[in-house]
Amino acid sequence: MAKLTFKTDNCKGCGLCVDACPKNILQLSPDKINKKGHHPAELTDEAACIGCASCAIMCPDCVIKVER
Amino acid sequence: MVVFDKPHSLNEMSMHYCPGCTHGIIHRLVAEVMDELGIEGRTIGVAPVGCSVMAYNYFNCDMIEAAHGRAPAVATGVKRADPENHVVFTYQGDGDLASIGMAETVHAAARNENITVIFVNNAIYGMTGGQMAPTSLPGQVTQTSPYGRDVNHCGYPIKVCEMLSQLDGPEYLERVTVNSVKAVRNAKKAIKKAFQNQLDGKGFSLVEVVSSCPTNWGLTPQQALKWIDEKMIPYYPLGVYKDRSAGEDK
Repeated sequence: MAKLTFKTDNCKGCGLCVDACPKNILQLSPDKINKKGHHPAELTDEAACIGCASCAIMCPDCVIKVER
Repeated sequence: MVVFDKPHSLNEMSMHYCPGCTHGIIHRLVAEVMDELGIEGRTIGVAPVGCSVMAYNYFNCDMIEAAHGRAPAVATGVKRADPENHVVFTYQGDGDLASIGMAETVHAAARNENITVIFVNNAIYGMTGGQMAPTSLPGQVTQTSPYGRDVNHCGYPIKVCEMLSQLDGPEYLERVTVNSVKAVRNAKKAIKKAFQNQLDGKGFSLVEVVSSCPTNWGLTPQQALKWIDEKMIPYYPLGVYKDRSAGEDK
């Protein structure tokens, strides 16, 4: 069971993780805004995550921690 | 089990780069390599002038800020002061390395200085607002070439890896990119090799990372990564340009 932890306030909402996700289960939160004023990335379906870390590898700001 | 976390060699500070800028990925790769080789405590980085001018804020190793373009010269001094103990890298953009610092770069390569150079090529001057760089592509629209780069007027872009590969000096030259997960993994391999070469005393290793600048290219981060594939890589082909120990020479 994979677990993602987001440092939400470091996210700049670039969406590179969203594109990198092979399962298409990441999105930029439509209703949340972080400290920097961006819509941060979030996981939509925790159970579907395979913990491949593609999102974290493409994230320029080390927002995502991946555990498996 | 932790599969992925921020490397120890990067500190907690939030980077100042624009959203989607690949500088963040390249910083992380350098830090991951430092972690894996266990050299954080004896590494000294040299920061350039350009977007990554404040790179010294983000790495946990010691950092020096060089005058514009002079990072390889500063790195030469630091490395020669204590060649056994110091691991020295420079982190430079195309405006720094390929423009004002071209002389320092070429001569450090010609002397085969035992340093590692990370060269971030995004084909534009990012920090100053998107002017034409020596690496801007023919026809590329920038602030100072609003009708596209006219090669009859401004000349042709400089291909740094190809140019340096003509010298007998440098040990290792490779061009990589970071526009996909696979490419990032390859880039990390190249950066690790560049650091390992220094530890083995082999000499000048330069990794050119074809990077993006969504803000000044006027594209979204996703479009910018595609633009690398469509426009940058055909002009700047990826690959190893020199690996003297392995007997490779393109």
